[in-house]
Amino acid sequence: MKGTLSIVGFGLSTIGPGTATGLIFAAYINGVARQPEARSILQPIAFLGFALAEALAIFGLVLAFVLK
Amino acid sequence: MAQPAFVPPSSADFFFKPAFGSSFLATKPVMLVLFSVILISVFFAVSARKAAVVPSRLQFAGEMVYGFVRNSIGQDVIGAEYQRFVPFLFAIFTFVLTNNLFGVVPFMQFPTMSHIGFPVSITIFVYFVYHYVAIKKKGLGRYLKEMCFMPGVPKAVYIILAPVEFLTFFAVRPLTLAMRLFGNMFAGHLLLLLFTLGGEYMLKSALFVKFFAILSFGLAIGMSFFEIGIQCLQAYIFTLLAALYIAGALADAH
Repeated sequence: MKGTLSIVGFGLSTIGPGTATGLIFAAYINGVARQPEARSILQPIAFLGFALAEALAIFGLVLAFVLK
Repeated sequence: MAQPAFVPPSSADFFFKPAFGSSFLATKPVMLVLFSVILISVFFAVSARKAAVVPSRLQFAGEMVYGFVRNSIGQDVIGAEYQRFVPFLFAIFTFVLTNNLFGVVPFMQFPTMSHIGFPVSITIFVYFVYHYVAIKKKGLGRYLKEMCFMPGVPKAVYIILAPVEFLTFFAVRPLTLAMRLFGNMFAGHLLLLLFTLGGEYMLKSALFVKFFAILSFGLAIGMSFFEIGIQCLQAYIFTLLAALYIAGALADAH
């Protein structure tokens, strides 16, 4: 088998952001389910949190391609 | 049926030869950007030309996009002074959205934003706008002071907090903004390439393997729909974050 270990590293590095994204949307769904009228307030906050957590996974992806 | 080993797609697949001449200006991504600008201008010019109180379908479509950016990104995030930033946000949103969607349009099938130069140049605009707005409103000294020394924090914490906040505003924000858009488009395009090229390879292989090509092509189609969602989401997030940075620049210390 051939390949680069960076990709395995990227796979490992997605565990954190993946968990984080799950938690963020779990909280968002919880909030909207309890108080549907708060949806418009919660939506930008949820997506901001999602974007910040996701940035880490993207760093991992970029590094996986850069560090050959 | 001896066949060379499968070569997975790599970042080399993202570079195109110029269509004519040898200038980089004649490559596919640059042409797509030019095309997107023409497309957006024509669409919104036509949709707004015969504006009426009872809108036509085209006018309704144009106003829906504009209304979305103005209300749910501009007004909700920036607040009282949102009006003067709406053209900026609207331009970013439509430009990024159109260029992202090129990734699934047949015969184009290349998201322009998967070349990092394009997200970086939009990010430079956003970077200058939000710093300019803040410095104009507060002055450089007050801006830096509010940035690094937020009130209500014990003095000793500033040793760590001040450099972190400074870095956030000047390095982390633009970096993540550009990399997020680039990374998503790059990864998405690579994924589609992998499934289509893999399917093609299996189709050429032995009979038994041919069945699995269906699976690969099916996944490619499914992933294309998933990508459309991601592409819209990334355009939204990019604009939302630009609006949030501007809102942060305008806000008074709390």
